[in-house]
Amino acid sequence: MLKKLLLLLWISLSVSFALNLHASPVDTFEFKDEVTKIRFQALTKELRCPKCQNQNLADSNSPIAADLRKQVYQQLQQGKADSEIVDYMVARYGEFVLYRPRVSSLTYVLWFGPAIILLLGALVVVFILRSKAKDPQDNEQALSTEQQKKLDKILNKSSQTNKENS
Amino acid sequence: MNKLIRFIPLVLVIILGIVLYRGLSLNPQDMPSALIGKPMPDFQLTTLLDENKQVTKADLKGDIVILNVWGTWCPTCKYEHPYLIDIAKDKRVSVYGINYKDDREMGKKWIARLGNPYRFSIFDDAGTLGLDLGVYGAPETFVIDHHGIIRKRFAGALDNSVWQREFIPLITQIEREKAQGN
Repeated sequence: MLKKLLLLLWISLSVSFALNLHASPVDTFEFKDEVTKIRFQALTKELRCPKCQNQNLADSNSPIAADLRKQVYQQLQQGKADSEIVDYMVARYGEFVLYRPRVSSLTYVLWFGPAIILLLGALVVVFILRSKAKDPQDNEQALSTEQQKKLDKILNKSSQTNKENS
Repeated sequence: MNKLIRFIPLVLVIILGIVLYRGLSLNPQDMPSALIGKPMPDFQLTTLLDENKQVTKADLKGDIVILNVWGTWCPTCKYEHPYLIDIAKDKRVSVYGINYKDDREMGKKWIARLGNPYRFSIFDDAGTLGLDLGVYGAPETFVIDHHGIIRKRFAGALDNSVWQREFIPLITQIEREKAQGN
């Protein structure tokens, strides 16, 4: 009995959590076809809400996001191209509204920075590996004659002392 | 040489720290407007106080136009309202309003109760002009020069220090440009 109750509690809790997670704005847009609907979803995901800056249009509850969603919808229904709609938003709200910024002199660092840093990292790794690869050769180099003499002396001494002891 | 290399991570971390620390004091809401340097968008709307009176951008007269976006639903607008009344007394600028996404009756009451700093307020209940201006909230204040070019957009409340710091230098500059015949 208790087990059943617990199970019930667990299910209702998880359901309510699931509902919470899915609480996103619901608009009642009727699309002329499935493709337009998919384009709408893609556009509202790619466009950033100017007011609540860490959300996209699809995700945000703010009035301005609702307005912009409506704008996207209307322009799609009018048969405008995605790029036209994006241009419309950028003209009013700036490059800021793009979650995927365009490649321009302002965004070179953003686009190419990571690749350059990766390349630098790879160069550093190669550099380190090469210098490591050189080191063992240095160690294996034959002893110079002087060093060899020194070594012989030491070995002789120790063997002599060994004999004396025994 | 090898010893110096050991300090590279430390240097990198310090640089990163400085960059991130600077980021703490930046205002993320402080975005440059896409419309700076562009002409004021066209519109045809009624005024708040007279629903039969149509206005267009030609009606925004004055060499330096201060265009303030407000709404009765916006608490910060109430805060800055007395200061707008002060600004309206300044002969250097002409203050106009955009009553943004608001109810006409409530807007009229607000003006009657708190005073009217605006030569007129454009009644933009659908937010179409707001959209063309890239408005995403209220209050926002635009500065338009004698050529009808948007020179500044300020998001947030106006008060004396903001006015002195953000607006007066620009107003002086526009006046100078005009005197030089630009």
